[in-house]
Amino acid sequence: MTNSRREFLKVLGSGLAVAIVSRDAAAAVPNLSRAFGGAQPPHGSPTPTDEIAAWLHIATDNKVTVYTGKVEVGQGIRTSLAQEVAEELRVPTATVHMVMGDTDLTPYDMGTFGSMSTPRMGPQLREAAASARELFLDLAAARWKVPRESLITQLGEVYDATRRHRATFGELTAGRLLVEKVRDDAPLTPAADWKYAAGIAVDRVGARDIVTGKPHFPSDLRRPGMLYGKVLRAPSMGATLQSMDAGDAASVKGAVVVADGQFVGVAAPRTADAERALLGIRAQWKPAAGPLPDSRDVYDYLRRTPPAPAGGRGGEDGYNQARPVEKGNVAAALATAAHTLERSYTVAYIAHVPLEPRAAVAEWTHDAGGDRLTVWTGTQRPFGVKEELMRAFGLPDERVRVLMPDCGSGYGGKHTGECAVEVARLARAAKMPVKLVWTREEEFRWAYFRPAGVIDVKAGMTGDGTLTAWSFDNYNSGPAAIEPMYEIANQHVEYHPRESPLRQGSYRGLAATANHFAREMHVDELAHVAGLDPLAFRMRNLKNERLRAVFQAAADRFGWGKPRAEGHGVGIAGGFEKGGYIATAVELVVDRASGSVKLVRGVSAFDCGAIVNPGILRNQIEGAFIQGIGGALFEAIDFDHGVIRNAHLAQYRVPRFSDVPDIDVVLVDRKDEPSFGAGETPIFGVAPAIGAAIFDAAGIRVRSLPMARGGLKSS
Amino acid sequence: MRITLEVNGSRHEVDVDPGRPLLSVLHEELELSGPKYGCGESECGACTVLIDGRSVHSCVTPVSAATNAAVTTIEGLAAPGGKLHALQEAFMQEDALQCGYCTAGMIMAAASLLNATPKPSRDEIVRAMDGNVCRCGTYPRIVRAIQRAAGELPEPVSPTFREVQP
Repeated sequence: MTNSRREFLKVLGSGLAVAIVSRDAAAAVPNLSRAFGGAQPPHGSPTPTDEIAAWLHIATDNKVTVYTGKVEVGQGIRTSLAQEVAEELRVPTATVHMVMGDTDLTPYDMGTFGSMSTPRMGPQLREAAASARELFLDLAAARWKVPRESLITQLGEVYDATRRHRATFGELTAGRLLVEKVRDDAPLTPAADWKYAAGIAVDRVGARDIVTGKPHFPSDLRRPGMLYGKVLRAPSMGATLQSMDAGDAASVKGAVVVADGQFVGVAAPRTADAERALLGIRAQWKPAAGPLPDSRDVYDYLRRTPPAPAGGRGGEDGYNQARPVEKGNVAAALATAAHTLERSYTVAYIAHVPLEPRAAVAEWTHDAGGDRLTVWTGTQRPFGVKEELMRAFGLPDERVRVLMPDCGSGYGGKHTGECAVEVARLARAAKMPVKLVWTREEEFRWAYFRPAGVIDVKAGMTGDGTLTAWSFDNYNSGPAAIEPMYEIANQHVEYHPRESPLRQGSYRGLAATANHFAREMHVDELAHVAGLDPLAFRMRNLKNERLRAVFQAAADRFGWGKPRAEGHGVGIAGGFEKGGYIATAVELVVDRASGSVKLVRGVSAFDCGAIVNPGILRNQIEGAFIQGIGGALFEAIDFDHGVIRNAHLAQYRVPRFSDVPDIDVVLVDRKDEPSFGAGETPIFGVAPAIGAAIFDAAGIRVRSLPMARGGLKSS
Repeated sequence: MRITLEVNGSRHEVDVDPGRPLLSVLHEELELSGPKYGCGESECGACTVLIDGRSVHSCVTPVSAATNAAVTTIEGLAAPGGKLHALQEAFMQEDALQCGYCTAGMIMAAASLLNATPKPSRDEIVRAMDGNVCRCGTYPRIVRAIQRAAGELPEPVSPTFREVQP
């Protein structure tokens, strides 16, 4: 929070404010660099000295407000976090208002990624709400001089069993502002006892505004006198600007040309004017020193290029510290195995394609303290974007404010603040508010990608299909979920960071998709070598009860093992990560003449502990399945000579209505387990299940993602 | 050039290049933000609006093509009194959205379909909607929402614990 705590409390007015003191700020630090889109964590960036993780406020009119730095990008936490607060307060979800991702009003938050909102922010908000509930009981007992145990709280009121005494939460604060910390003795309501708000499919907050087209998204924003921006882009990645001449740009009425080092842009009263002015600028560029690999030889490059230097920009997480796993003696176990299998798998760079591209509005104001910059932008890391702006403009903490209106999705692709910095440059020079919305082409060319990677796998097993040796080397794609979930005595597992020729960063699930693809495809092939059913083979080598349970649930719903139609193939795959357990089964048809793959149906079974909102959870699981189809079958970035060659939706195919099969979701509700997130893990089983089903249908093993771009080719 | 537009029942005079995309005029002249920019190339459908009841991709439709016609955007779909269109209700009932950025385009494309084909089959829905992208992957829910708005589904049953395995 930029404002001092005293100023913030003034914003709240009277009522009860509960401060949620962060417990796991330190624990989260090892993951910090993941958030920077493949770039290095900023050096000298202000460390969060504020230990408050969030605020809960209950006003005298009983309005409940939560202040959290988490943001809503479609995953549904504006609804599900409010449900958790409402449940502990015993009030309806609709009475809880969430203020999210505003760096002036909400405490510092690293960012909304890694499926952390539900397991980390959720319990902290529940504790705050439970503390508030208990405090209201204390206040009521003291005021009415009755035993605390005789009091009941429900629907924002406290009363005693006789109903002689009765008061709303707000009345109990008696016009004061009480400021409390979360207390240790406030009991949390077990999931099995949830009945007011949590555990049910309450309506998604904000849906009515969306279906009626009310301004909602960052790109919808308008400020008085606002201009529209455009930025001059290099002809290829890494090219440097040698010289520029504003040429005819200045003759466009109302256009402001901004040249600042490598940055050249235009702001004008209409986007069309800005585009016209940009066309008038003449610039000379020097290409990056080559040669760089292209999308055809990038896999050889990634395997052979020297490791990324320590602290360099290696891998999806931007850090190189993932340690190899060594257990037992892999070489000896391979030498004595009844069967061995050695294969390589590759995954392509893919783009997030958030339907709302990067968008931001910047406004500079001036007061006695100097310049002040306010930026509204779509980002998963409003505080990270704020730090980028502070560095870019040399501004202190209290002179920059970033607000994140709920934005048009992210999928891990909106961790960085390029657009925010660009538009702030334009607005500073134009002395007016400016909006900048990246074009789809800019989003393809200048955002970052899911890393490409090569994975070499060697495995050994006994004659009865018990895994004994496992060697797994991942080049560049990343270390997420890299360790096998199967019981294997001898293991070598290593992630090899590389300097990526393309800008790369987080993508839904990180490298867990690549690692599950390689692992589960390998396991499917091992099952065939052993002559075992792929599900039976897994169960033989799998101890984790929750993972076994989702495999069984998916298999039961799917009808695994039943006869299938001529030409149809089936496959199953799964795994776990970040507190979630997923198994996915698919049925598909391969057209042998064209090589096209048509999904017929799919089942995903998922367990992420106690379910907060089964409706939104189901929606997330379906969405992950469908997004997973794209990466599995046809999404890939083409590039050569530092240029993206398919930077348009007509050339980069994403899943559409006609690609989607019947999808059945089985929710496994573990009320006895803590709640975890669901934004990532449900995507992991899709690609390997499809790969296994392609083999089942056509006898072809495809070991590269995407598997059927332009039709199946044997590999 | 001065152009008269009728949008959501109101007449507007704008002075614009007749070749300028309708989407740009809606955004920057009429200050309507409901139709969305997604690609600018008629590939994603986020900008879908109705001209005389039929869907167009406003990002590639010149504003001159919208003269002497009634343009309807998502802002103008509900009845004048505020009663929501059946599609708007159905999208909420089926939770047929995640981030919601594609939703306006989806609803307008579906409105065009239902104008022409009040009781579409599932295949007709898929064919009519295939030009609209939902990157969050809510397609099955959108199909159900359209079926619901067309009166092809029984009364809504919201997902509850009955569907959840213990």
